[in-house]
Amino acid sequence: MAAVGKRRITYDARGLAEPFADVPKISEIDGERARFDAKELTTRTINLELRWLLYEMGVKEVEIDNPGSRHSLGVGILTRCKITFNGSLGYFGCGLIDGPEIHITGRVGWSACENMMSGVVVVDGNAGSLTGAALRGGDLVVKGRVGARSGVDQKGGTIIILGSAGSMTGFMMQRGRIVICGDVGPGLGDSMYDGTIYVAGKVASLGIDCVPGEWTDADTELLERKFRIYGLGSPPEFQKLVCGKQLYNYDSLEPAEKKLVI
Amino acid sequence: MCGIAGIIYRDGSQHPIGDEMTRMLQSMKHRGPDSTGYALYGSPENGNLIMRYKLADANTARDFEFEDRLHRHRFEVESRLAALGARIHEVEEETPYAFRVSFAYDGDLKLLADFVEDIPEAEVLSLGRTLEIVKDLGDAETVHEQYGLSSFTGTHAIGHVRMATESEVDIAGAHPYWAYPYSDVAVVHNGQLTNYFMWRRRLERAGRRFMSECDSEIIAVYLAQEMSEGATLEEAMRTSLDELDGVFTYIAVTKDELGVAKDELAAKPLVLYESEDLVAIASEEIAIRAILEREIDTYDPYEREVLVWQR
Repeated sequence: MAAVGKRRITYDARGLAEPFADVPKISEIDGERARFDAKELTTRTINLELRWLLYEMGVKEVEIDNPGSRHSLGVGILTRCKITFNGSLGYFGCGLIDGPEIHITGRVGWSACENMMSGVVVVDGNAGSLTGAALRGGDLVVKGRVGARSGVDQKGGTIIILGSAGSMTGFMMQRGRIVICGDVGPGLGDSMYDGTIYVAGKVASLGIDCVPGEWTDADTELLERKFRIYGLGSPPEFQKLVCGKQLYNYDSLEPAEKKLVI
Repeated sequence: MCGIAGIIYRDGSQHPIGDEMTRMLQSMKHRGPDSTGYALYGSPENGNLIMRYKLADANTARDFEFEDRLHRHRFEVESRLAALGARIHEVEEETPYAFRVSFAYDGDLKLLADFVEDIPEAEVLSLGRTLEIVKDLGDAETVHEQYGLSSFTGTHAIGHVRMATESEVDIAGAHPYWAYPYSDVAVVHNGQLTNYFMWRRRLERAGRRFMSECDSEIIAVYLAQEMSEGATLEEAMRTSLDELDGVFTYIAVTKDELGVAKDELAAKPLVLYESEDLVAIASEEIAIRAILEREIDTYDPYEREVLVWQR
């Protein structure tokens, strides 16, 4: 038998992974900074270590080596801090966060930064599908390409993609901005309610009710500011796409309210 | 959900792919713990054909006559091979119900497969000069140990961990599927096909047989049908994008090619790592990292992409 499955993970009857794991406490802590190697740790112990540092040891800056593309790392961090992952993350990385500034030097898998409330996430590599799904606020910068359905159901914040994006980007987005410097696949902004999409490359096809919008000075200001903050150089020429509001045929009143009006 | 993985060494050099595929599949166990399957391409044995077949399942009811029946059916398979003029070189009994036979034979493969499968409960899992399909219930480590895959070396392989959604948990429902009756072609699939019955009826009328109720079997048989009409693997995979309906990411392999196709919604995941000597693909990057310890650059192919690599 080869060295198969070096990391043994236990599950309880409910399917929870490692319900009784202890905080490994292996970090080198130097004042408000800390660093640890995640190579021999499991997903749960990495997250336990991270939370222990941020919430109990008063650390403000954490560096994590060898995340090894594991899923669900750095999720649910609700404090202002700086986190650097030296490597790639798997699925659901940095989801449900509120406040941190996160730098990932590798790539991320599907559903990175899902439901992020605020903060900044910069990914140096590529990202999988559903990047920034249901994003509520903050900035998400992907320097490579992203998969399909990025910014699906986005409700705020800004997603900046330097590479190309796949099909159905901005599907059903409700607010916020998606900035794509490369090309985009078919069905861009399909059934979007609101929000703005900026594209510098070619658009394979627009989705239903996604239409070109009128460029204003506020758009120029926003793009220049965001590009300046993240050191991305001067922004290329973008086209602006918004919701055509042709699908706005639902009633804004609840049935009970409607009765009162009539 | 299901997880799929594939690996091909582009220079055609021999590697311990049995071990490597096990590490890839075991790291994706959470995507499907029901059954695990491998399609491995070893080195040819002096032009012999290799047939993997099974006569029962790990969870078949063991009645009083079970062992006796297995024995009789196994004898029947070997005598039918001999009757068709095949010269059996070696028979390996890997589990009490699954066997590997190597034999010299240059006749019609469909005839041979049909003749063997005519025996009750017999199913040919794979037939080819280098292809060997190994599949059984349990996770990758279980199947690896049961079938002694650590000694398997070869040039390319695909694998599958299954979370059964629409057909039984048994060996017939496990992937990979052999492209009956086309030698050395196999397929693994993650997704659901919605025009399964239409294609099944169509292919059955064309004389193809189906051993399971699993929608993924369609892909293998469909590719076999297209390739028997002269299409290359890549051409067959491209036409499949229009002809198969549903959500899918599938990997197809032949004796010297490995190809991957994604549906037009890009609904099922795939991560691709490509270097000069190796291509590795999997549903999750964690599976590729199970065989490559270092940091690597990977990306997700887009919708309607068909990519094929040769060794």
